[in-house]
Amino acid sequence: MLVNQFLLLGAVLFAIGVYGVIARKNAVLVLMSIELILNAVNMNLIAFALRNGGDAAGHTFALYIIAVAAAEVGVGLALVLLVYRNRRSIALDELSEMKG
Amino acid sequence: MNASASTSAVPGWFLDNAYLIPLIPAIAFVAILAVGKRIPDLRVGRFTVPGGGSLIGIASMVGSLVLAAGAALQWIDYADGHSYTAPIRRTWVWWQSGGIEIGLGQQIDGLSVMALLLVAFISTLVQIYSLEYLKGDRRYTHFFAALTLFSSGMLVMVLAENMVQLILGWELMGLCSFMLIGHWWEDGANSRASLKAFFTVRTGDVGLLVGTAIVALSAQKWINANGLQDQYSGFSIEAISRWALAGDPQYKSVITWGAVALFIAAIGKSGQFPLHTWLPDAMAGPTPVSSLLHSSTMVVAGVFLVARIYPVFFEGLRILDTDVNFIAVIGGVTIIVAALLAFVQTDIKKVLAYSTVSQLGYMMMGLGVGAWTPAVFHIWTHAFFKCCLFLCAGSVAHSGSHHSFDMKKDMGGLARKMPVTFVCWVVSSMALAGVPFFAGWYSKDEIIDFAGANQYWWFFGIGIAGAFLTTAYMTRATYLTFLGKPRGAAAGIHEDSHGDAHAAHGAADAHAAHDTHDSHDDHGAHAGPHESPWLIKAPIAILAVLSIAAGLLNAPALNIFKFEEWVEPKAEPVLLDTGYASEGTGDYPESSKEAHSEGAARSALVSAGEEPAEGEKKKPGYPNGRIEEGKLTGKCGTPGYVPPEGKACYAPGILHHKFKWVKALPALAAVVIGLLLSAAFCVLYYQRRNRRLVGLTERNALARAGYKFLWNKYYLDHLYEKVIVRGVAHPLARAMYWVNQNILDGIVNGAGRTGRKVGEITYKVVDQGLVDGVVNGSGAAARGTGSALRPTQSGKVSQYGALLFAAAALAALILVLVNS
Repeated sequence: MLVNQFLLLGAVLFAIGVYGVIARKNAVLVLMSIELILNAVNMNLIAFALRNGGDAAGHTFALYIIAVAAAEVGVGLALVLLVYRNRRSIALDELSEMKG
Repeated sequence: MNASASTSAVPGWFLDNAYLIPLIPAIAFVAILAVGKRIPDLRVGRFTVPGGGSLIGIASMVGSLVLAAGAALQWIDYADGHSYTAPIRRTWVWWQSGGIEIGLGQQIDGLSVMALLLVAFISTLVQIYSLEYLKGDRRYTHFFAALTLFSSGMLVMVLAENMVQLILGWELMGLCSFMLIGHWWEDGANSRASLKAFFTVRTGDVGLLVGTAIVALSAQKWINANGLQDQYSGFSIEAISRWALAGDPQYKSVITWGAVALFIAAIGKSGQFPLHTWLPDAMAGPTPVSSLLHSSTMVVAGVFLVARIYPVFFEGLRILDTDVNFIAVIGGVTIIVAALLAFVQTDIKKVLAYSTVSQLGYMMMGLGVGAWTPAVFHIWTHAFFKCCLFLCAGSVAHSGSHHSFDMKKDMGGLARKMPVTFVCWVVSSMALAGVPFFAGWYSKDEIIDFAGANQYWWFFGIGIAGAFLTTAYMTRATYLTFLGKPRGAAAGIHEDSHGDAHAAHGAADAHAAHDTHDSHDDHGAHAGPHESPWLIKAPIAILAVLSIAAGLLNAPALNIFKFEEWVEPKAEPVLLDTGYASEGTGDYPESSKEAHSEGAARSALVSAGEEPAEGEKKKPGYPNGRIEEGKLTGKCGTPGYVPPEGKACYAPGILHHKFKWVKALPALAAVVIGLLLSAAFCVLYYQRRNRRLVGLTERNALARAGYKFLWNKYYLDHLYEKVIVRGVAHPLARAMYWVNQNILDGIVNGAGRTGRKVGEITYKVVDQGLVDGVVNGSGAAARGTGSALRPTQSGKVSQYGALLFAAAALAALILVLVNS
C-alpha cells in the first residue's frame, strides 16, 4: 500500500497549515490554515485505517472530524465577521488587547 | 424487541398478547390525566353521559376484561388438552446492566390467568359503581386516573414473568393506594391514614427487596451451573421455582432466608398479623377504593406472591414436612386476631376491613398447610363476595344513612327501605360465613379440610374457630345495619355529628363527596333512606349472583373440580390416578398415614414418566403428590426426584383430599352456633336491652378488660406509635441532643481555647520569624519570574500559536525519542 506517501502528504499539509496559522495576519486565511491541519489529520486517520485493512473506525473518525470542522468554520467565520464590524479590520496582530 | 422462545407452542392470540391487558389501563391512565378534565358531561335525551375521563377508565377496563376473558378461554382450552402444562413465557429485554439482564414479560399459567380475569372484572364493576358514588367529586378525574393505574399495577404484577416486574407492579399499587386512600386529603385523618398505609407496607417491602436479591442471585448461580442461561435470567419466576425445587443442599439455608424475607413483604402487603394495622385505617378512602383494595387487588398481592413463588416457601419453610411453619402460624394468628377485632367496631367498613384481614389469614394459612389450590380458590371467591359487601356498605351510606358509616348511630332497620342492597348483603355475608353451597364455603371448607388432612391439627381448630367468629360478627353487622329499629340518619334524623371522633371517616367520605353535589338528585329533599340508583345496584347484584356462582367452579361436594384442573400447575406428566376416589384415601378421622401410603402404592404402579397421548382428556384426578409418613414422596419437591426429559419441575406436588360431609360437619356446626349465638345476643342486647348483658363491660372487670383490649386493637398501634416510633425516635433525639450539648460542645470549646493558646505561641515564633520570611521571599520570586515571562504574554495570537505548536513538536520529539 501507499501508506507512506499518504503520511508524507499529511505531514506536508500539516506543516503548511501550521505556517499559515503562525505567519498569516488575515483571520480568514488563518481559519483556512486550520482547515488544512484538520485535513492533514484526516489523511493520517485514513492512511492508518487502510494499513489496518480498511478499519471502519478510521473512516468514521474522519467523517466525524469533517462534521466538527464544518461547525468550527461556521463559528470562526461568525467571529471574524463580528471582529470586522467592530474594528473594520481582520488583521490578527491588531487584536492584542483583552478588551472589546 | 426480541421475544424469547417459549417452552411450548403458544396456543392462541389472546395468550400470546396478554401483555395488552395491563397495557391498556396504563395508557388510559395517561389519557385520563391528559384530557380528562376537558371532557364535559353530555346530555343525550334523558341520560347524562359522564365526562371527566371516567368513561376512558371504564372503557379501558372493559377492554382488559375482554382480553382477559379471551385469554382465560384459550387457557382453559389449552389446560384441558394437556397433562403437562409449563407456564407460557414471553419476555422482552427492558434494560441491561453489567451482564444482568432485566426483562419485562408475561408468564401465563392458571394462576395468572385466573388473577387477570378477576382483577379486570372487579375493576370494571367498581369503576361503574364509582360513576354514581363519586358523582360531582372535586377530584373526579384524578380518582378515575388513579383507580385505572391501580388496576394496571395489579395486572402487571400478576402477569409478571420475573421478580423485578413483580416489584414494579407491587410498588405501582403501593403508590396508587396512597393516592386513593388519601383521596380527600383535606381532612388530616385521611392523609394520616394514607401515610400509615404507605409506610406500613413499605416496612414489609424491605423484605421483598432483600428476599428478591437473596433468591435471584442464588438462582442465577444455579442457572449458570446447570447451563440454562439461554432460557432464564435469575429473576425469572419459573427459574426461581425450579431452583428451589431442585433440592440442591448447598442452597438450603439460602432458600429459607429468602422465604422468610419474602414472607415479611407478604405480611406487610396482605395485612397479616403484626402489620395488619394499616388495613382498617385504609377505610378512609372512598368506598369503591376500599372495595377494590380489599377484594382483588393490593391486599391479595401478598397472598399472590406466596402462591406465585410457592416452591421457595414450600422448600424454605418445609411445608408438609414439619408440624408448624412460619406462614401457617402467621395466617392462623391473623384469622383469630382480626376476627375478634371485628366485634368491637361500630363502623361498618371497619368490620369488613377486619373481616378481610381474617380471610387473608385463611388464605395464608391455607398456603402454609400445603393447601395451595383451596387458598388460591379462596382468593377467587373472596374477591366477589367481599367486593359485594363493601359496595353494599357504600350503597347504605350513599342512600340510607346519609354518608355515615356508623352502624350504631345511623343505621338499623334498613332492610325494608333498601331491599336489593339487603338481599345482596345477606347473600354475600352467607358466602363469607361459609354457609353450604355459597361460594365461600367451597374454598374455606377446603382450606380447613386440608389443614386437618395434612395433619395440622392446630390450624384445623383455628379454621373452625375462625368460621364461628366470622359468622358471629357478620350476624352482628347485619343486625345492626339492616334489622332492628332505625336510628339516626336511617330514621331520617340528620344531625351534624361531624365533630365526633370516630365518625370522622364517614363524615369525610360523605362531605367531600356531598358538598359538591349540585345535582344529587335524591338528596335534595333529604327524603330519608331509600334504595340506591341502578348504577350502584347493578354491580352489587352481579357480584351477589357471583357470590353463589363463583364457587361452582370447584365444588368438591358436587364433584366439580374445574378450577383445580385449570389453575393448578401441572408440573409433571400426570396420569389419571383412579385410586383417589376409593375408600380410605384422605380420610383423616382414622389414621391417615396408612391410608395415604396405600394410595401411594397404587399410584406408584401407574408411575410417572410416560405421558398420555396428546389431546387426551384427563378426568379430574388427584395427581400431583402423595404423602407417606408425613412426607411428600415421589414427585416434585422431593429430594432426588428428576423430572423426565423436556419437562421441568416448577411447582411442588399438591396433596388433595376427598371431600366428605362428615369432615365438613365441625365447620358447619361452628357456623350454625355462631349464627344462633350472635343473633340471640343482638336481639337481647340491642333490642330488648337485657339487663344482664347491657353494661356488662362496666360491671365485670374481666369483660371490661377484654373489651378495652380489643377496643384498643391489642395496643398494637400504641406499640408502633408510642413505643417503637417514640421509643426509638425520641430517646434517640434526646441522646443526640445530650451528646451535642456536652460532648460536641465540649470538644468545640476546648478546641477553641487550645487554639487560642497555640495561636499566641505560633504568632511569635512561626509567623513573625519563619512565615514572613517565606512570604517576602516568594513575593520576590514571583516578581522575578513575572518579569522573565512577561514577553511571552504579548497578546499576539500568532505568537501564542507558535508557542503552542513548538510545545507540541517538542512533546512529539520527546515521545519519539522515548519510544525508540
